[in-house]
Amino acid sequence: MLSAESTGNGTIVDDLFARFGAGLFVVQPTVDNTPTLWVAAGELLEVLSFLKPHYPMLYDLFGIDERQREHRSGLPAADFAVVYHLLSLKPVAEIRIKVSVIEPEGEVPTAIGIWPNANWYEREAWDMFGIRFSGHPNLRRILLPPTWEGHALRKEHPARATEMEPFSLSEERQEYEQEALRFRPEECGMETASADTEYMFLNLGPNHPSVHGVFRIALQLDGEVVVDAVPDIGYHHRGAEKMGERQTWHSYIPYTDRIDYLGGVMNNLAYLQAVETLAGIEVPPRAKVIRIMLAELFRISSHLVFYGTFAQDLGQMSPVFYMFADRERLFGIVEAITGARMHPAWFRIGGVWQDLPEGWDKMVREFIDFMPARLDDYDKMAMQNSILKQRCVGIGSYSAQEAIDWGITGPSLRATGVDFDLRRDRPYGGYDQFEFEVPTANNGDCYDRAVVRVEEIRQSLRIIRQCLDNMPEGLYKSEHKLTTPPPQEATLHDIETLIHHFLSVSWGPVMPAGEASSLIEATKGINSYHLVSDGGTTSYRTRIRTPSFPALQQIPLISRGLMIPDLIAILASIDFVMADVDR
Amino acid sequence: MSETTATIIFALVVLLGAVSAAAVLTWFERRLLGIWQDRYGPNRLGPLGIFQVLADMLKLLTKHDWVPPFSDRVVFVFAPTALVVAMMMGFAVVPFSETLYIIDIDIGLLFFLGMTSLAVYAVLLGGLASNNKYALLGGLRSAAQMVSYEVFMGLSLMGVVMLTGSFSLQAIVLAQVDGWYCFSQILGLYVFLIAGIAESHRLPFDLPEAEHELTAGFHTEYSGMKFAMFMLGEYLGLILISCMITTLFFGGWLGPDWLPGLFWFSLKTFFFICFFILLRAAIPRPRYDQLMSLGWKVLLPITLLNLVITGALALSLQGAS
Repeated sequence: MLSAESTGNGTIVDDLFARFGAGLFVVQPTVDNTPTLWVAAGELLEVLSFLKPHYPMLYDLFGIDERQREHRSGLPAADFAVVYHLLSLKPVAEIRIKVSVIEPEGEVPTAIGIWPNANWYEREAWDMFGIRFSGHPNLRRILLPPTWEGHALRKEHPARATEMEPFSLSEERQEYEQEALRFRPEECGMETASADTEYMFLNLGPNHPSVHGVFRIALQLDGEVVVDAVPDIGYHHRGAEKMGERQTWHSYIPYTDRIDYLGGVMNNLAYLQAVETLAGIEVPPRAKVIRIMLAELFRISSHLVFYGTFAQDLGQMSPVFYMFADRERLFGIVEAITGARMHPAWFRIGGVWQDLPEGWDKMVREFIDFMPARLDDYDKMAMQNSILKQRCVGIGSYSAQEAIDWGITGPSLRATGVDFDLRRDRPYGGYDQFEFEVPTANNGDCYDRAVVRVEEIRQSLRIIRQCLDNMPEGLYKSEHKLTTPPPQEATLHDIETLIHHFLSVSWGPVMPAGEASSLIEATKGINSYHLVSDGGTTSYRTRIRTPSFPALQQIPLISRGLMIPDLIAILASIDFVMADVDR
Repeated sequence: MSETTATIIFALVVLLGAVSAAAVLTWFERRLLGIWQDRYGPNRLGPLGIFQVLADMLKLLTKHDWVPPFSDRVVFVFAPTALVVAMMMGFAVVPFSETLYIIDIDIGLLFFLGMTSLAVYAVLLGGLASNNKYALLGGLRSAAQMVSYEVFMGLSLMGVVMLTGSFSLQAIVLAQVDGWYCFSQILGLYVFLIAGIAESHRLPFDLPEAEHELTAGFHTEYSGMKFAMFMLGEYLGLILISCMITTLFFGGWLGPDWLPGLFWFSLKTFFFICFFILLRAAIPRPRYDQLMSLGWKVLLPITLLNLVITGALALSLQGAS
C-alpha cells in the first residue's frame, strides 16, 4: 500500500525504460537529484499508472511557463510543462514526470482516474496557465474568481498593479462580480430535490466563525444532514507564487512566513532548503540546530492554536484562552531570539540572521519545563472530556489508503496509522541527530487527528530539549559565497568584498540555473517549494506545495451523511490555514 | 397605602431589580469568565469595569433599529418582546422572602412552567421570521430542544410537589424547614439543573445559537435593541432558573435568623448563577441529536424513577403519620 516493492530510485527509471523504451523519455538533470523525466502527453496516463504502485501518492501537480526560459537545452520543445510530482512513503522516494504542452492545441489527459486529488491541482493549472486537461469533469477556475481575465502565472500576465489600468469598482461591475459568486447547485451536478424532500443549500462561509479564515463550503442539506458539500477556495489568494518571480531569492523570505501563517520560520525552512540545494550550500551545524529549535517551537505554537480552536469549535470555551496564553510565552522566546513574533523571516540563505542572544537557554528551558504539566491539564480538560469524545470519535474518518490517494500528509495521515514522518524517515536539515517518537493513531477520525497533534507537541518539546543540551558552537551562517547577506566579518575589507556585499544586498544573489525542491515535515503536513532558477536574481518559477490544499479537497468525501456540527468538528480537526491553501 | 398599591410598587421594584441584575450580569459574567480563563475581561470603565454595562446599553440603545427587508416584520419585532415579557412574568411567583413576593398563587409552580414554555415561541418565531437559513436551523433546533426538555423539567419537579402537597412556591419553601429537597430530591434536582440550562439555552446547551455552527442561530439577523432584548431575556432566564433552583431545592429564603430571608435567598441564587456561568466555561457542546437522546433515554427514565420513589416515600410517610 505504501509502496509495492522497494524499487530504489536508480532502478525505477530503468524499469520505465525497459517497459516503455528509453526513446520515449527525455531525462532532465536536476540539482536535487530527483529523477525527472519528460514524456509525451499520449503516453502520460500509462506511465503514471505504471508508477502508481511504486509511488502511491500524487504529491503535487503544477504548471511551468517554459516560453521565456533560457537554460533549457536538451529539453523537449514546450510552451508549458505540467509536472507530476510523485511520492513513495516507504522507502521515501520521489519522481517527477513532465509533459510538454504546445500552444494553441496542446492538451493533457486528466489524471483523475489514477489519483482523485488530481482534480483540484488540474483546475489550478488551468486557472493559472490555461492548460487544458481533456476529460476533466469540472475544469473551472479554482483560486481566481470566475470573472478573471487571463491566466495569472503566464509570463505575459501583469505582476504588479502599476502594469494594469487603475482599479475601480462601478456598480454594474459589483453586481456582476457578486452574481458570479452565487452558488448554482446545477453547475456542480447537484439535484435541488429528491423524491421526498426539497434540499436546502447553505453557504457556510466565506465568513463563518468556524472556517478559520475565508473559506466557503456550499452545503446541500436535508434538514441538518449534509447530503453533499462543495468547498470553494481562493478568497485568500495573494499570488504568492507570482510574487516569487519578482522578488530576489533573498527578499522572498518574508513572503514565505505568510503562507502557513501559523508556521512562522517553518516556511522559511522549506523555501531555503530548496534555495540552498540550488546554490549548493551546506549549512553549518550550529545554524542547523538553531533552525530546528525554532521550527519545533513554531510547530508547538501552531499545534497549540489547533488544540485551542479544536476545542472551541466543539463548543468548549476555555481551552483556547489557556493555549493562547502558552503561545504568548512561546512568542516571548521567539521575540527575544528573532525580534518578531508570528512572522520572523529570520532564516537566511546559508544560515540564520543572527546568533542566539545571551540568555536564550534560560528562556527555552523555563518553557520546556513548564509545558508538560500544562499539557496534562489540557488532556483532562479537553481530550478526556466525554462530550468532546462523543463529538469526535468515529466522525469524519478516512482510511490510510484514502489519505494517500488524496495526498494527505502530516498528522492527518499519521492519524490513520501510517507511520511516516520525513524528519525520521528521510532526515533533512540535521534531524538525523535527534531522538523522538512519531506518534500515530488508528482510526483516522477527528479525535485521532487531535490525539496525534497533541502528542507531537510533547515530542517537539523533547527535540527542543536536545537542541538546548547539545547546541554546537560555531558559525551561524555558511561561508559559501552565495550566503545572503554575507557574514559581516567577510565584508567591507577591500573593494572585492565591498562589491560582493553591495551586489548581494542590492540586486540579490544569482543562483545557478536548475530545478530543486526540498520536502519538509511542516506543522500541517509536507510542505515544499519547487524552485526553477534560470540563472538570475529571481526565481523563474516558484511552486509552493502546501499540506492544507489537499485536505480541503477531501472534505466532501468525509462529511457526506453527517450533520452540520460534525462538519464543524471535521473542519476543526484537519488543521488548515486558508493562506496555506490559497497562497 | 392600600395593599394593591404596595403590590404594584413592589412588582415594579422586582422588574427593575431583575432587569438591572441582568444588565450587571452581562458584565459580571465576562469578568468571571475572564478570571477563570487567565485574562481580564472588561476592566476599563469605572471601578472594576462596572460601567461597561452602561456603555453597552448606550451602544445598543443608539444603534440603528433595523429590520431586515426580507423578514416577516411584525413577528420579527414581536419575538424578542415575547421572550422578555414571559421571563419577567415568571418572577411574579418567586418568593424572595417570607413576606416579599408579588403573588403567592396555588398554582405558582405551574405558572412558572407556563411562562418558561412561552419563551419557546419567542425563539422559534424569531428564527422563522428572520427568513435566514441559519436562523431557521436555529429555530428548528430550539423547538425540538425546548419542547422535549419542557417535559422533563415539569416532571422533575413533581417529586417536590408530592412531598409538599402543594404547587404554591411559598408552601414549598416552608415545607423545607426540616430539610432541603436537594437531598431527598437529588434526582429531581439533577434533571431540573440540566433541563434548566437547556431551557435557558446557554452553553453547553446553546444549540439554537451555536455560534460555531450556525453563526448566531435564531438571532443571526437581530441587532440593536431587539438583539439586546434577546440577551436580556437570556439573562433573565438565567436568574429565574437560579431563583427556582433555590426555591424548590435549597430552601428558598430559609436560613439562620440573624440575617433576613432576602439575604439568604439572594446568596443562594447568586451561587447558582455563578455555577451556570462557570459551567459555560467548562463544557463543550453536544450535538443536537445527542442532546435529544440524552433527554429521552437518560433523563426521562431518571425522572420517572424519581417519581416512583418519591411517591412510595410520600405514601409510606402518610401511612406512618
